[in-house]
Amino acid sequence: MLEVKNIDVFYGDLQVIFDVSFGVNKGEVVALIGANGAGKSTILRTISGLVHPVRGDIVFDGQTINKLHNYSLIELGLVHVPEARRLFPEMTVEENLDIGSLRGQAKKQRKVNKDKIFELFPRLLERRRQLAGTLSGGEQQMLAIGRGLMSLPKLMMLDEPSLGLAPILVKEVFRVIEQVRSEGMTVLIVEQNVKQTLAIADRAYVLENGKLVMSGKAADLANDEHVRAAYLGV
Amino acid sequence: MVQLEVFLQTLVSGLLLGGLYALIGLGMTLIMGVMKIINLAHGELMMVAMYIAYWLFTLLGVDPYVAVFIASPALFILGVLIQKYLITPVIKVESILPENQVILTVGIGMVLASLATVFFKSDYRSTPVDYASVTWYLSDFWQNSPIELSISLLWAVSFVFSILITLALWFFLSRTDIGKQIRATSQDSDAAILMGINVNRVRAFSFGLGSAIVAAAGCLFIPLYYLYPALGGQFTLIAFVITILGGLGSNIGAIIGGLILGVFESMTSTYIGMGWAPVGRFAIFIAALVFLPGGIASLLKSRRLGK
Ligand SMILES: Nc1ncnc2c1ncn2[C@@H]1O[C@H](COP(=O)(O)OP(=O)(O)OP(=O)(O)O)[C@@H](O)[C@H]1O
Ligand SMILES: [Mg+2]
Repeated sequence: MLEVKNIDVFYGDLQVIFDVSFGVNKGEVVALIGANGAGKSTILRTISGLVHPVRGDIVFDGQTINKLHNYSLIELGLVHVPEARRLFPEMTVEENLDIGSLRGQAKKQRKVNKDKIFELFPRLLERRRQLAGTLSGGEQQMLAIGRGLMSLPKLMMLDEPSLGLAPILVKEVFRVIEQVRSEGMTVLIVEQNVKQTLAIADRAYVLENGKLVMSGKAADLANDEHVRAAYLGV
Repeated sequence: MVQLEVFLQTLVSGLLLGGLYALIGLGMTLIMGVMKIINLAHGELMMVAMYIAYWLFTLLGVDPYVAVFIASPALFILGVLIQKYLITPVIKVESILPENQVILTVGIGMVLASLATVFFKSDYRSTPVDYASVTWYLSDFWQNSPIELSISLLWAVSFVFSILITLALWFFLSRTDIGKQIRATSQDSDAAILMGINVNRVRAFSFGLGSAIVAAAGCLFIPLYYLYPALGGQFTLIAFVITILGGLGSNIGAIIGGLILGVFESMTSTYIGMGWAPVGRFAIFIAALVFLPGGIASLLKSRRLGK
């Protein structure tokens, strides 16, 4: 469904991604793990067209997308729930959901989808008229995921959805991810919470200093010596 | 009693002026919010709209209040073109710092003012509408009123118009998808792109809308003021002061800031002297920078976001 082929990415003169290739198949949950600054977010930002690869291609559903306008990717079914939520703080919960559904089919089905989101996150229903900037961290993450789902994506990219959340909320986030995946969503997830991520992922890639150093079944990586020492702290 | 009367009359005049100032400030704030640059050609765009209204009146006898519906769309188009062909290309050049991009808008303003001088000379022009002298007195409506207040029809109509335009803008920004896109883009443009917003198009639209609003303000001003090519600079400054006072990018801040500035100028004229209004303007500007760096918006925000 998604294929990243040999991308090199620079910020100015500084290269941060080196010849990275990987893929995500339909229905999979694929995890991208790595230390701070390894380049995980940069890879997602490149897929979304916020930064452009100097070399390499990105193919989604058979279409090369790195030459398309970044704002049109959402219509193809690719959505990116960015690191640190990036909600529109001075818009209400409901308006944030509206912004998730500006185009095509998503716009036509806005009402129905909104009800589904409120079913998935009842707390958001109670707070539908509250400004997003006044929500708690957990609620903000729910809204960020909800806003992403409003676009009716085929592939959802999540950048550190559990960042800064209390353990019970981390659990809740992973529960939601499992639920949307069981309804047929394909997920590419970036996480520091390696243990829980490997528990829900099918496959995973390990990124170090901008290079992919390992890949494999999530269950196998969870037992790997190097992964356990570097990311699981055992 | 006389003192109270003078005070109230000054207050009323100040609020009427402030309503128009608010409109000018709103246009600049809208552009500021989305573009993150201050449009220092704002007053000059208003001047262009005023010439449109002037010629429509002089050549075709079109009432300035009707000219709003011609000058605003015209300035919308001008704003979109300026954004698309002048500002966007400069923003793309990463070596030019954003604080220097603002200089481009100064240049645009200077070009517009020079063109106006070349084409229309430095003559003072006005639109003497035949209802210009109509004035309403409080005693006409309330015979035993202890005090006397007056409002000229022109000021009243201009004020009502500016309120209607402000309400229409509020409705547009809060209720329509394009309005929400504008707000989303000004709050977080990267997140806006990720949600499928064509940010460049929103920017062009916002620049056009901001220009259309200040154009409307120009048409509302022209029956009240003299028009000459260099008039824009003064209004750019006024818009700038309102934007700083209101808080960069805040609509409510711009409205309150416009009203405060109007009342303050009116008070300085009455109690200090006619020529002192610009000094009062400057004093408010400095005071806002020193005592309220985030503007009125920062006060409102700390209450709404509970921070
Ligand atoms: N806008 C930018 N300009 C310059 N360098 C950047 C920029 N954004 C990121 N970098 C650099 O690129 C490298 C990769 O950053 P990236 O954000 O992709 O890492 P990450 O793996 O997501 O880290 P984290 O886990 O902390 O989120 C880092 O060295 C970072 O300093
Ligand atoms: Mg990151």
